[in-house]
Parts: sequence; structure tokens; C-alpha cells
Amino acid sequence: MLTSRQVLDTYYLEARRDLLEIAALFDRYDAAVARDGEAAADESKLVLLRRALARLADPDPAPAPAGDRTSALLNLFAEI
Amino acid sequence: MQIIQPHYHAIARTAQDYERMAMSGVAAVCEPAFWAGFDRRYPETFLDYFSQIADFEPTRAAQYGIRHYCWVAVNPKEAENPELTRDVLRAMPEFLEKPTCLGVGETGLHKSTRNEINSLQAHVELAMTHGQLVLIHTPHLSDKAHGTKTVLEVLAGLDIDRGRVWIDHVEEHTVKSVLDAGYWAGMTLYPVTKCTPRRAADILEKYGTERLLVNSSADWGPSDPFTLQECILEYRRRGHSLQEAVEVFHNNPCRFLGQNPKWDIAPIRIEAEECEPS
Repeated sequence: MLTSRQVLDTYYLEARRDLLEIAALFDRYDAAVARDGEAAADESKLVLLRRALARLADPDPAPAPAGDRTSALLNLFAEI
Repeated sequence: MQIIQPHYHAIARTAQDYERMAMSGVAAVCEPAFWAGFDRRYPETFLDYFSQIADFEPTRAAQYGIRHYCWVAVNPKEAENPELTRDVLRAMPEFLEKPTCLGVGETGLHKSTRNEINSLQAHVELAMTHGQLVLIHTPHLSDKAHGTKTVLEVLAGLDIDRGRVWIDHVEEHTVKSVLDAGYWAGMTLYPVTKCTPRRAADILEKYGTERLLVNSSADWGPSDPFTLQECILEYRRRGHSLQEAVEVFHNNPCRFLGQNPKWDIAPIRIEAEECEPS
């Protein structure tokens, strides 16, 4: 198994890329809203993504089992 | 669709790349001189490398109907060796005369050290003296914003034609400053460490297509020449027309590179034939 340092060294750049893709998605959405003059009628997917990011930003999440952020997000995404 | 791959390190790739690129519509690739993964010790090693990309690689590409062009330079990493850089620069004019050499590149910055800056200045001055185009590498990852700013500061102090300079590897936080200063800007698509096809399509939509180039680089590291085709697909699926895609992925490279008379591939216009009713 990987050490804690190896986990960061191995996956940091891929996580960076994935976060940039999410940032670009939010920018793309805002640009479309500005271009169209209106937001999507149903923004629930956007809201869920923001809630998921907020969940990930919490360094000490509760009450999900320790470390299992993935299950928490899967349950969150199951709302729609 | 006809595609130009403006930045591609063929010597690090297999013939299968050429075959697949040919099957996907790539008409030409351009190969800047770059870092081999280790620091070369002798100027002569560079000269053999320049011969490889100027003389041999075009024959390999030609087997697949692809035109191959090159650029010559000491890359920023090896510019840390000033003596080697000076000797290579002295020999470079011979290679600038080669029939497929388009200019000086990729020079630029990696860690933005004094040696790198001196090398960048010397490369640009050599290019201007010999009437050459210039391709400039900007740093990766956390050094990019600072390095790009430094590149622009260095260039501002030189007597250059900005329309003949292409600053590569721009991303969202650097593209505007490059375009605003009057240079061509290149987006390099990598699977992980640089721009991605979707983000490049976003940049094209935000800044328009003028003076923007898209390439996939593709070298000996984790890279994929077909990120360029992924970007074309992403651009087209957002509703941009075939002609708009041709403008970005074929005609823009032709417009920039065509400033060197050795480049003889012209921009193309898609026209539909009128069908007569049977």
C-alpha cells in the first residue's frame, strides 16, 4: 500500500486537473447564463455539485465513516 | 477535416502515431527542438538532433503523406549551460537555412533563471537577425504565471515584430496577457499537466479565434497527440461549424507559419457544391 506521501505525490496532478475541469464547468455555465440572459430552469445539478465540493472542503467531516467521502458523495448524487 | 499539428515531438513517437494522424486528417506536423529528458553535454549532440528533425524526420512523415517541419533552439532547461548554449546558437544559422526549418524554438523559460533569460534574449535576437519566426515555451504548473509575465517583460525590451512570435502553453490565467500584447498564443493539450480539450474550447469561445493556436505537443512523457482531435470534437459538438473549426485547427497555423515562405500550405475554405435535381 502507498504511504501518505506517496498518495499525494501520485494523485495530486490528476486531482488538480479534475478540479480545474470542475472550475471550467462552472465558468462555462456562468458564461452561458450571461449569453442567454437566464439561468437554467432547473439548477439542481449545479446545486449538488456545489454541495459536493463543500463536503470535500471540510477536513473533518461527520458523521460519515472516517475517510469515506466517496460514499457520502454517491449518496448526495443519488438525490437526483 | 484537414488538421495542422503545430507542435509535435515526432522523434519521441512511433510511426503508428503518423499513421493514425494521417487517417484523422493531419496534413502537417511541426517539431520544435526540446529537452530529451536529460541534459546533453556537447553542442555536437544538438547539431545531430537538429539534423534528425530537419532531414530525417520529414522522410518518416512523408511515408504517411504528412508534411514535417521543424524549429531549432536550445530548450530552457539546457539553457542553464551558457557555454553549450552559446556554441549551439553559433551553429544554428546553418539549420535555419534548411528547407523545412520554420524558425527558432522552442526557446523560453522553465524556472525563469538569469541563464534562461539570457538564452531567451539571445535566441530572439538571433531569430530577428535572420528574419525568423519564434516559438516560446512558458513554464509548467506553478511557475507558469510568473514565467509568462517574465517572458513578456523580456520581449518588451527587444526590437521584435510581435506578430511573428508564438508564446506557447498558455492557460486561462495567461492567455489574455499574451494576446493583449499582440503575440500569437498557443494552447497545449495534455492529459494531465497542461490545458485540456474542454478548457481549450472554453478559451476559444471566450477570446475568439484570432491569433490562437491549438496543439497537443506529444512527447516522451504522458501525452497524446489525439487530444487535438478531442478538442476539435468538443468544439464541433458545441455547435461551431466545420468552417469555424477549420479556421482554428488548420487555417490559423497556416496564417502564422505562412509568414515563413517555406510553409506552402494555404488556408482553406469549405464550399458546398450546388446539387442539380435529378
